Amino acid sequence: MQISMTVNGADVTSEIEPRVLLVHYIREVLGLTGTHWGCDTSNCGTCVVLMDGQPVKSCTVLAAMAAGHDIRTVEGLASGGTLDPVQQGFMEEHGLQCGFCTPGMMLTARALLDKNPHPDDAEIRQAISGQICRCTGYATIVRSVQWAAAHPAGSGLADTAAADTDTAVPDVAAETEDTEVKA
Amino acid sequence: MTVIHDRQSNPAAGDEDRPIGYGRIQRKEDPRFVRGKGHYLDDIVLPGMLHGAILRAPVAHARLVSIDTTNALAHPKVVAVITGKDLLGLKLAWAPTLSADVQAVLVTDKVRFQGQEVAFVVAEDRYAARDALELIDVEYDVLPPLVDARKALDADAPVIRDEIEGRTDNRIFDWEMGDKAETDAVFAAADVVVSQEVVYPRVHPAPMETCGAVADFDAVNGKLTLYETTQAPHAHRTLFAIVAGIPEHKIRIVSPDIGGGFGNKVGIYPGYILAVVGSIVSGRPVKWVEDRSENLMSTSFARDYIMQGEIAATRDGKILALRTHVLADHGAFNATAQPTKNPAGFFSIFTGSYDLAAAHCSVTGVYTNKAPGGVAYACSFRVTEAVYLVERMVDILARKLDMDPAELRLKNFIKPEQFPYANKTGWVYDSGNYEAAMRLSMQLAGYEDLRREQAEKRERGELMGIGVSFFTEVVGAGPRKHFDIVGLGMADGAELRVHPTGKAVVRISVQSQGQGHETTFAQIVAEELGIPPEDIEVVHGDTDQTPFGLGTYGSRSTPVSGGAVALVARKVREKAKLIAGAMLETRPEDLEWEKGRWFVKGDPSVGKTMAEIAMGAHGTIALPEGVDGNLDAEVTYDPPNLTFPFGAYICVVDIDPGTGEVKVRRFIAVDDCGTRINPMIIEGQVHGGLTDGVGMALMEIIEFDEDGNCLAGSFMDYLIPTAMEVPDWETGFTVTPSPHHPIGAKGIGESATVGSPPAIVNAVVDALAPFGVTHMDMPCTPARVWAAMQGRARPPI
Repeated sequence: MQISMTVNGADVTSEIEPRVLLVHYIREVLGLTGTHWGCDTSNCGTCVVLMDGQPVKSCTVLAAMAAGHDIRTVEGLASGGTLDPVQQGFMEEHGLQCGFCTPGMMLTARALLDKNPHPDDAEIRQAISGQICRCTGYATIVRSVQWAAAHPAGSGLADTAAADTDTAVPDVAAETEDTEVKA
Repeated sequence: MTVIHDRQSNPAAGDEDRPIGYGRIQRKEDPRFVRGKGHYLDDIVLPGMLHGAILRAPVAHARLVSIDTTNALAHPKVVAVITGKDLLGLKLAWAPTLSADVQAVLVTDKVRFQGQEVAFVVAEDRYAARDALELIDVEYDVLPPLVDARKALDADAPVIRDEIEGRTDNRIFDWEMGDKAETDAVFAAADVVVSQEVVYPRVHPAPMETCGAVADFDAVNGKLTLYETTQAPHAHRTLFAIVAGIPEHKIRIVSPDIGGGFGNKVGIYPGYILAVVGSIVSGRPVKWVEDRSENLMSTSFARDYIMQGEIAATRDGKILALRTHVLADHGAFNATAQPTKNPAGFFSIFTGSYDLAAAHCSVTGVYTNKAPGGVAYACSFRVTEAVYLVERMVDILARKLDMDPAELRLKNFIKPEQFPYANKTGWVYDSGNYEAAMRLSMQLAGYEDLRREQAEKRERGELMGIGVSFFTEVVGAGPRKHFDIVGLGMADGAELRVHPTGKAVVRISVQSQGQGHETTFAQIVAEELGIPPEDIEVVHGDTDQTPFGLGTYGSRSTPVSGGAVALVARKVREKAKLIAGAMLETRPEDLEWEKGRWFVKGDPSVGKTMAEIAMGAHGTIALPEGVDGNLDAEVTYDPPNLTFPFGAYICVVDIDPGTGEVKVRRFIAVDDCGTRINPMIIEGQVHGGLTDGVGMALMEIIEFDEDGNCLAGSFMDYLIPTAMEVPDWETGFTVTPSPHHPIGAKGIGESATVGSPPAIVNAVVDALAPFGVTHMDMPCTPARVWAAMQGRARPPI
């Protein structure tokens, strides 16, 4: 069957089998491999993308069901070379290690902040509770999202090159939560 | 509370946010990962690539009667169907394991665990390969399975490995350490002896990315390129040369970005070998990526130790001795990943952090109808089990003696002046200041206040528990003369090249799976040479490009490969000194080093920076006698000992008296891994490991029913903590460097996974004290806690 949708602002049209999962369509047909596949029971959320601004687990959506919708993947988070504050936040606060859950986590965070620009920690934990991370233990992910909330796009602070750490602004409130004390 | 940011104050090290060397710098890996530009196994697409899928056994124990592949082969998109019979012809039906056993690649005679590999389909696309699995007809003659390890050595137990000539039982090995007679004598004379069976149930490392491979065999050149999710690419290359008979120089293993390993990706799985066979048979690249169920059911499990523990002490709380016998369930094939001479890994570190008069342990390994594995999930070769046993036993002893568990530990610690400390089972602990770490942890927790709060809550019938765990890890295997994996000594190589413009490339033999090696190994070179970390590229994971070494597991990267990198940088620094001498027309012995520069003693204004020396080394100046051109070096580092990091953990739990649900309210973790290369990365490693601990202690278990069905073959049943089940972690640290390590650094990655489960279980048992509970086994699920509250605590296996 033929389907058309918008992916990261571009219109795409493809001929696919009706049974093809959106995650496989995105990865294998469109070649956008930032979206990952971590389980087969819809639990892990490594495949989360935004459909019309809402996080969906793309392993649990048929590509055909996404036809006519607006899809946003991790590759569409940065705009014009400027990282989304969420991306910057994950780097500032060490919200990732192996990087496998990261794209899904960041998209959920983006959707949360679009709806609720100043979530508290409990709201962030609730928002990402459909997603598993094996590396970080979540605390730094919560801090990463808080960093993004404190540095919204256009504030100038997030407008930095990815590898540029000169503008690292330690979030004092977040740092004291995880108190590091030396004997 | 004093907050001290762990940042360098030495201006020569760069500014605080950007040290040239150790310190909290952002990761070099992150920019690609946050853009979705990582390069993981399943992202690889090669021209003409086919897809493989594995047909798996639906039962745990059965004779294979027949396989009919006719219908599958008739599928228009199927290119090949490979069965055990095909592999027998290629002598690939069985592959050697990392424990000197063999493992079936595809079933030839009988099925030995549910989920075992039976046939391999190669097809044009992923979906077609899966379709074809259902077109294969297999006839099984079902046999009674052996599920309960406690019955494995019974006379009437089914013999699982009856293909081994002369084998009439399921015993794999018996192994012991320590002095039995001496230990028994101490026990016989002791005031107090406490015994407890302590079970560490079967769990699974479950990395977010499952295992997979892309095999690309070039028939013209006879070269195999194998992309794999492997933590040990060089060891895999050697094993593939042995298994597949392909000359080693014609094998290139590439380990791309890995979505977490956690010990799951050390060994060679049948799927990897099948991808290679598929590529040889089809003449095209073949990709195989397992799904989550396959990962949980067939790849390396962790733990599964049934430990009978005993601890002896004086009435006033001097711990005298420990002894234990362990029954180890290894599944159907002994594929446990560990050094050859250590069939129970480093379990003999079970003497813990205490100065004992005697200790003895014995371990019996048995076969059962389950998936192989054992050593995985940040266990440091069975240290998880060892630490869990001793820390439970000490807690049980504290209860028996009516002593505070923290005080009992403080009373029995090995003292700082006793290091290097030879324990009673043959380990020489390198360094430690246990009391300082314990006191800091208690201070951070507000331990006295917590105990007061607990007493008040008990008055009101509320269930609050405080759990203490103090652990000594053993990581960094290891000295070549003692440690090898399938005959390969556990040393690691490093190669360093400084380019003419002063930028550098360091090639390492270990393989990151998220631990940040691309950042921290650059920091080690930066510290030694004064070149900024961003000017140093770290190359890993490609056997054609990197020096030989044993890979990343057992928290060995920093202790072994980190040592190699420091030494190779020092070798380059010494060569730079000779070249600088030539450039400055002075004797090298008259030069002095400051970070990044050799200068003339007494005249700091005359010197050469590393960049200037690098250009000189590649230029036309007359080099000193015996110095060749360019600025590079290589080393292989054979560590003199392992490193022994330690930590003091305190956990606070609240239990709902109506439901038995355990909530971890606080977790305080003080770790000491010696010199800290990047505190931000260490903190992240600790957070991840603590979450593992919450998972194992409260949620995770791989169970089997009496027919051998795996009851945790998906994330619907195999529960992993989300952000809702874990608290905001509280961490602290002390610094007790390893005296033998080139930069004083010890491993850290697995410490939190090792140290946290006993703290959590100790807290749960502490909370349940009003019910008379003195022990319960993991996982402390609401149902199991409820049963314990009713006096019906049962082992999970």
